Amino acid sequence: MEIILALLKVFGVLIGAVLAAAVLTWYERRMLGLWQDRLGPNRVWFFGIGIVVADMLKMFFKDDWIPPFADKPIFVMAPAIMLGSIWMAFAVVPFAPGIHVIDLNVGLLFFMGMSSMAVYGVLLGGLSSNSKFALIGGLRSAAQMVSYEVFMGLSLMGVVMITGSFSLVKIVEAQGDLWFVVTQFLGFIVFMIAGIAESHRLPFDLPEAEQELVQGFHTEYSGMSFGMYMVGEYMGVVLVSVFITTIFFGGWLGPDFLAWTGIAWLSTVTDFFWFAVKAAFFISFFVLLRAAMPRPRYDQLMSLGWKIMLPLTLLNLVVTGYVLLMQT
Amino acid sequence: MNTAQTAVNQLDKPAIARELENRFADVTLIYQPTIDALPTFWVGRDRFRDVLKYLKTESVQPYPMLYDLCGMDERVRTHREGLPNSDFTVIYHLLSIVRNEDIRIKVALTENDNTVPTVSDIFPNANWYEREAWDMFGITFDGHPNLRRILTPPWWEGHPLRKDHPARATEMEPFTLTEEKQEQYQEALRFKPEEWGMSRKKGDTEYMFLNIGPNHPSSHGAFRIVLQLDGEVVVDAVPEIGFHHRGAEKMGERQSWHSFIPYTDRIDYAAGVMNNLPYVMAVEKLAGIEVPDRVKVIRIMLVELFRVISHMVFWGTFSADVGHMSSIFYMFNDRERIFRIFEAITGGRMHPSWFRIGGVAQDLPNGWDKMVRDFVEWMPGRVDHFDKISMQNTVLQKRTVGIGIYTQEEALDWGVTGPGLRATGIDYDFRRDRAYGGYDQFDFDIPVGSNGDCYDRAAVRVEEVRQSVRIVKQCLDNMPEGPYKADHPLTTPPPKERTMRDIETLIHHFVNVSWGPVIPAGEASVTVEATKGNNSYYLTSDGSTTSYRTRIRTPTFAHLQMLPLISRGLMVQDVVAILCATDIVMADVDR
Repeated sequence: MEIILALLKVFGVLIGAVLAAAVLTWYERRMLGLWQDRLGPNRVWFFGIGIVVADMLKMFFKDDWIPPFADKPIFVMAPAIMLGSIWMAFAVVPFAPGIHVIDLNVGLLFFMGMSSMAVYGVLLGGLSSNSKFALIGGLRSAAQMVSYEVFMGLSLMGVVMITGSFSLVKIVEAQGDLWFVVTQFLGFIVFMIAGIAESHRLPFDLPEAEQELVQGFHTEYSGMSFGMYMVGEYMGVVLVSVFITTIFFGGWLGPDFLAWTGIAWLSTVTDFFWFAVKAAFFISFFVLLRAAMPRPRYDQLMSLGWKIMLPLTLLNLVVTGYVLLMQT
Repeated sequence: MNTAQTAVNQLDKPAIARELENRFADVTLIYQPTIDALPTFWVGRDRFRDVLKYLKTESVQPYPMLYDLCGMDERVRTHREGLPNSDFTVIYHLLSIVRNEDIRIKVALTENDNTVPTVSDIFPNANWYEREAWDMFGITFDGHPNLRRILTPPWWEGHPLRKDHPARATEMEPFTLTEEKQEQYQEALRFKPEEWGMSRKKGDTEYMFLNIGPNHPSSHGAFRIVLQLDGEVVVDAVPEIGFHHRGAEKMGERQSWHSFIPYTDRIDYAAGVMNNLPYVMAVEKLAGIEVPDRVKVIRIMLVELFRVISHMVFWGTFSADVGHMSSIFYMFNDRERIFRIFEAITGGRMHPSWFRIGGVAQDLPNGWDKMVRDFVEWMPGRVDHFDKISMQNTVLQKRTVGIGIYTQEEALDWGVTGPGLRATGIDYDFRRDRAYGGYDQFDFDIPVGSNGDCYDRAAVRVEEVRQSVRIVKQCLDNMPEGPYKADHPLTTPPPKERTMRDIETLIHHFVNVSWGPVIPAGEASVTVEATKGNNSYYLTSDGSTTSYRTRIRTPTFAHLQMLPLISRGLMVQDVVAILCATDIVMADVDR
């Protein structure tokens, strides 16, 4: 029984993450359509959601062309690395009390590690393509993601200091009285911005800036290997939203509005409901950001990272440490 | 010689003639009266460089800009009374802002000795123009730094604008693309840095040569710019054009005066009837047609609406290219509103081909005023809104302020006109300073920038949208009554009211419709303030149903040429910002 339950959770999370990413491709286009005074895909099935299936079919049956000048093994492996590592990161996310694949006592570090792994997928894809646009895209992403990684991790340390644990379940439980977004507001802002950079979404989509680099690091990819990058990227958006929810917005915590029914398992449903609503809010915010912001220049992005974000993070750490010390 | 030309002949020579004659007493200056009354002189090949140098630098009121340089094959021209013998003529057109006047210098060459010294050391922008003249006419420019084909591919045989070069595919052998040819054509596209005087490495650093284009999201058409990169920093750049060349000037020599109008629409394809205007005005000048007031106001209204359309496209792509993806959709929505007006008035959208020699195709339809009024009331608020979301966005400002700067001198040196010139702070607009086609009756402001950077170039255009809406509103409020066509025998298609009553009108109508009108011999050029800069049509008629030479001077050709100058030392992303701020339309460059 326990094994079945564990398997259910594992596959539930695996498939759930992919499904969320797939639906997000449709959701993003509809929301962009709404914000840009146009329709977006609205023909296939209800509200056009069938476009997701159509896109997947198309992706599966397209010729997966490997350029003759590419470094073949690495070229094939790179998208799998990116997709796989983002997928893995979902393992530590607590969706509701008891609904998680594993509650690692280093959950946060695991997440950081996996998102760093994803950089390799992007970097290797850019380098192995042996194309100039992909190379510049790969270089940009290496520089951008590595430097944003630094304070992405540091920005979470305030939360860890307060909670005294890297376990995500413990972090959520520690927010029973007050969400960390209040006490760790600076950390939240920095993590959010770093998260956008990590999932290279506009305005920080420099590795694949289409106006300059065509498609950046995945210029040479086609068919399903392009599809893997695509899904990986959308899963990245979901992942960052999910982590913002978990770490700063109390994860599953929320009023149990079905308590009057007296059915015990319904409280898990409401917990998951709150989790999903919060995550959806941040996903929508990411989409809105894409509709609203121009893209900064590469060196501007880097100096924003090192000259503003990093000092802010360090300041946050010092203040949090000071306050904690005073309290004890 | 026709009457119009004799009329000009009797006038005194222009002031510049006396100035030149005093300064160059030892040089034979032949004054040629032209219908457009633009001072035109023939100077010998040995001394014309001195004259040009004098005009650019030494004259008290200099002509700092080489506005146009073109060739002309005069071998089969019959009406050349009073002109020196010439098989090939090189024509230098200079512009003076201080004098608010132009001058044309012509140099005569013979068929066997068609070599002329370059002026690219005096006017830097002569570089491309001379390459074009070499490409089109086979005129050799001595001392030119890199005289190679520019509009046609390197494997092209012959010089297309020579009169003996075929104009139609049916006059040539059937075309087949063999393996070898394909190889050869593809090989010709390979970029060789040595041909452009670039080195592949410096010390231990090996430069990367990045091909942006011919097909690239931000090349706005088929255009290639090869960047020599050190990391992401641009060391040098080579813009390459000609991928969109359709031989519009050659077609001008083949089509009748009337049937060339639709071709003009497609020169700057984002600006529709704006291209018709200089062409029909030049033909009208040759024919001596005065158009009625209603025609003038209709034309100005449509042209200004197209200026708004073109600037909306510019603004949308400008924002999109610096990464702001939403604005282009907003802009295209409002552009669509104007297209609906055009659908109602002309039946067409992007290329209505609506202007005619001596008028417009039809009168305005009932209810046009309501549509236009709705638009002029709607638009100003939208422009303010767009201004807020796009131009006042700090990220966009960071990307464009201080990027791609050129000074006033550089702008004049490189032949920059239009918003790009005004962005440097030079307050010069043909609509006001050379009020053509009735613009003197309108009240509008000329926006001027100060830095000459990408942001200013965009900001000037944004303000121009507001001013254009203002002009359209004045057209709406003051539309005169009257005919929509001039009452003149050369008006095309000719007035039809009396054709069924007297034989003379019937014959005129028949001939003008079947052959097209015969426009009297002469030369005239008309310049308008088009959306991207100054667009000129320099027409030479030899007294027949087609033009003898149609020279189309387009603004973007000049603007693209200075890209390397303003891109050096910047990053790849800045080059994209510069490209979009230049407002390039490749059809306008390549013709």
